[in-house]
Amino acid sequence: MKILFPFVAVIALVLLAMVGVSGGSLHFLFGVIIPYAAVFIFIIGVIYRVLKWAKSPVPFCITTTCGQQKSLPWIKQNKLENPSSTLHVVGRMAMEVFLFRSLFRNLKGEMKDSSRLVYGSDKWLWLAGIAFHYSFLIVLLRHIRLFAEPTPFFLHLLETFDGFLQIGVPRFFMTGVVLLSAVTFLFLRRIYIPQVRYISLSADYFPLFLIIGIATTGMLMRYFLKTDIVGVKELAMGLVSFNPVIPKGLGVIFYIHLLFVSTLFAYFPFSKLVHMGGVFLSPTRNLLGNSREFRHVNPWNYPVKVHTYEEYEEDFRDKMKMAEIPVEKE
Amino acid sequence: MAKFTAKPAELLKIDFKTPKTDWMDTPVEIREHMYCHPSKAKDLETVGFPNIHEWKPVDENWNLPENWKETVINGIKERLQKYRSFHVFMDICVRCGACADKCHFYLGTGDPKNMPVLRAELLRSVYRKYFTTGGKIFGKTAGARELTEDVLKEIWYYYYQCTECRRCSVFCPYGIDQAEITMIGRELTNLLGLQLGWIAGPVANCYMKGNHLGLEPHTIKSNIEFMLDDIETLTGIRINPTFNRKGAEILFVTPSGDLFGVPGVYTAMGYLMLFHELGLDYTWSTYASEGGNFGFFTSNEMAKRLNSKIYAEAKRLGVKWILGGECGHMWRVLHQYMDTWNGPADFLEVPKSPITGTVFDNAKSTKMTHISEFTADLIRHGKLKLDPGRNDHLKVTFHDSCNTSRGMGMFEEPRYVIKNVCNHFYEMPENTIREKTFCCGSGTGLNASENMELRMRGGFPRANAVRYVHEQHGVNMLANICAIDRATLSASMDYWVPGVGVAGISELVANALVMKGEKERTQDLRLEPLPQKSGEKEGAENV
Repeated sequence: MKILFPFVAVIALVLLAMVGVSGGSLHFLFGVIIPYAAVFIFIIGVIYRVLKWAKSPVPFCITTTCGQQKSLPWIKQNKLENPSSTLHVVGRMAMEVFLFRSLFRNLKGEMKDSSRLVYGSDKWLWLAGIAFHYSFLIVLLRHIRLFAEPTPFFLHLLETFDGFLQIGVPRFFMTGVVLLSAVTFLFLRRIYIPQVRYISLSADYFPLFLIIGIATTGMLMRYFLKTDIVGVKELAMGLVSFNPVIPKGLGVIFYIHLLFVSTLFAYFPFSKLVHMGGVFLSPTRNLLGNSREFRHVNPWNYPVKVHTYEEYEEDFRDKMKMAEIPVEKE
Repeated sequence: MAKFTAKPAELLKIDFKTPKTDWMDTPVEIREHMYCHPSKAKDLETVGFPNIHEWKPVDENWNLPENWKETVINGIKERLQKYRSFHVFMDICVRCGACADKCHFYLGTGDPKNMPVLRAELLRSVYRKYFTTGGKIFGKTAGARELTEDVLKEIWYYYYQCTECRRCSVFCPYGIDQAEITMIGRELTNLLGLQLGWIAGPVANCYMKGNHLGLEPHTIKSNIEFMLDDIETLTGIRINPTFNRKGAEILFVTPSGDLFGVPGVYTAMGYLMLFHELGLDYTWSTYASEGGNFGFFTSNEMAKRLNSKIYAEAKRLGVKWILGGECGHMWRVLHQYMDTWNGPADFLEVPKSPITGTVFDNAKSTKMTHISEFTADLIRHGKLKLDPGRNDHLKVTFHDSCNTSRGMGMFEEPRYVIKNVCNHFYEMPENTIREKTFCCGSGTGLNASENMELRMRGGFPRANAVRYVHEQHGVNMLANICAIDRATLSASMDYWVPGVGVAGISELVANALVMKGEKERTQDLRLEPLPQKSGEKEGAENV
C-alpha cells in the first residue's frame, strides 16, 4: 500500500495531463495556471515553513560535538567538528550542506556468528545522495537556458562539462542519467533493505516516483521524442515575463513533464523535502561548541522553585553540628 | 518479577528481521526485564510533579487522568513553540535509515522500534496527526496516527529504552538528535505522572538532601572519613578535607556515586589524594553534593531546579571558581545548560590553576573546570611526581562517555592523563570510541536492576569492543570519567567480559601519584598488592 498509493498517484498525474491536454485542450491550465500556482505555493510555502521554525527559539546550546573541544592551548582543537567561532561553524555547515559530511561517516554494524559486532564503512548512501543532489542541481540549472535570453555565460561552461563525452546530437548530458540512476538506487535501497523498507512511508516513495517521472520524461523529450525546443522556450519566456503564451505543437509528453515538476514544487513545502531548508536551522550543527566560554541565553528562561541552602540547613542543622560541619545559624 | 537469569549466549540470538505487520499495526509488548518500576508517589510529591497516581506498566489500565490526551497534545504544542530543535526534527527526517544501526539498543535488541528513526516516528506520527495539514487530511497514508492509550504506552516503553547518548545525531545528515526528542517525549510522560522510580527517587533525594543517593551531611563526611582511613593505611598520610568551608578558593563538586560503593569510592580517594598533594585550597559541599542531574531525565525545569544549587553554594561560600569531578551527563549539563539556566556566574572568577597559573579560558563564563582538564594541565607542567609502574598490573583501555564526547568534545585530556599514569594503554576499535563511542547501556536513569535484560542488551556494543581489546591485548581495566559508567559497566563487564574491572581516571592517577612523605606503597587504592618492582621502571610515556 505504501508503495502502491504513491505510484498510482503519479500514474494519475500522467493521465490527468493526457486527458487535459489531448482530450480537453486545457493547455492554458496545464501550461500556465498550474505552473504559476505551483511556484507560488513553493515560494510562500517554503518561506512560511522557515519562518515558523525560526519563530521557535533555540533555548540551549545543544551542539553535537564530533571532535576535540577547545581547551588547553597545547591540545589541538578540531575546529570543524567542534566549532568555537562563526568561521568554524560556516566551515562545518558548508561541509554538511555541500559534502554531506555526517552521511560520509556512515558505518554498517553487523552481527557475526551470533557473537560479535563488526563495523564496516558504508558509503553507498552517501555516494547516491551526492550523485542525486548534484545531478538534480545541474539539471535544474541547465533549464535556465529556457528562461533567459541571451543564455548566461556559466551555462555554456556547465554544458561543456556536463556533455564532455561529446556523444550524439543533441549532445548527451551525463547528469540526466546520473540523476535517474541515483534516484533509482535510492528507490531500490528503500525496498530491498528490510529495515529501510519498514520505516518507509508513502511520503518517501511519492517524491522518488515523481523524480523518476521527471527525469524519464525529460530525457524522452531530449533524446527520443525531440520536443519542439523553440516552442518550449517560447512558453518559458512567456511565463517568466508574465506574458504567458501557449505555443502550438508542444506534445503531451511535455505537459506531463511540466505537471510532474509543478507537483514537486507544490508538494515541497508540505513534505520531508523541506530538509533542504531545515538542515541550515539544525541546532546540533549550526551552534558553537564553546558554551562554557560564552553564555547562551534562553529567551524563555523563567525562575523556578528551588530548595534553598537555608531550608536545607533547617532540616539538618543538628546533624551538621554534630559532625562539625559549619552552619550559618547556631 | 522473576529474576533475570538469561545467559549471554541467549541474549545474543538477536533477531534483526522486521515483523510482518507494519509498525503502526504492531502493538507494543511491554516485556519483563526491559522496563523500570513506576515511581513512588511520595517522591513525585516532594518535587511537585503533576498527576501522581497508581499504575503498573504491564496493566491494561494505566489510570491516566481524564484529560490525558489534551495534556499530551498541549504539551507537544508548547514544546514546538519553545524548542526549534524539536520543531525542525519533527519535520525534516527523510527516513534514510543512517541512524538505524548506530543505536546500541537497536544493535542489542534487533527491535525495529529501537532504530532512532522509528523511535522518533512514534512521536512524529502523533505530531503529524495534530499539527500538520497533510496528516490531518491523509492520516495513515501521510504517516499520521491518532494518539491512543496504546500509542502512549508505546512511546513510554521506547522512550525509556533510549539513553540520550546522541550517537545517532553524529551520523544523521541533518543532525537530528534523538536525545532531544526523547527528552521531550519523557517530559510528556512526566506530565501524566508516568515517571520511573529509579529516576524520581534520586530526583527527590537530590532536591531535599543535595544528592541522588540521599546522603545526609554527616553521612557524606563519615563516608569520606572511611576513605581517609584507607588512604592512611596505604600511604601513611592523614588527609583533612573541609566541608562547607567559607572562603575556600575552589568548590569541588562530583557525582554522589563517587561517595558510595565500589569502584566509585576509589575515584573519590583519587581526588582526595591529588588535592592533598597539591595543597589545594578547596572545599566539599554537603548542600551541592551532587554533580549529576537526574532531573535532566524528567524535565528541563526539574533539571534547572536541581542544578541551581551549584552556583548558589559557590556564592554562599564565596569561592573563586568550581572544579568538577568525573561524570558524564553531569558534564553535558554543566557544559551546555548550567550557565543558560542559572548563570551568569559573575560573582566567580575565571578558573585559574593555583599550581600552574593556567587560566581556563574555555570556562570563562561558567567558571567550572573539569578534573581531567585540571589534571592534564598539572602533568603537562610537570607538577606531579608520577610512578606509572604502580599501574603496571593494569592493561587499560578508555571508554569515552557519551556526554563528555558528543555534548562537550573532551577526548584528549583524559587520554593524556591515562598515558602519563599507566604504561599499558590500548584503544578500542576506532568506530567505537571518541564521538562514535557507545553508551554503557544504562544511562539516563535506566541503571535499575529490574530492567537488567535491557541494560545488558544495550551494553553489548560497548562490551563487544572491550572484549576485543581484552582478547587482543589482555586489557583488564576499563577506565572512564563517569560515575554511572563506573557502576553500570561493572555489571556489564561481569556479564559480557568477565575479568575486566572498571575505574575512574583519578583512581589511576592516585595509584601513580608519589606523595610527599608517603611510606613505601605496597597496595593500590583497592588494597590489592602492587606489581613487584623490578629494577628501573620506564618513565611516563611522553605524549
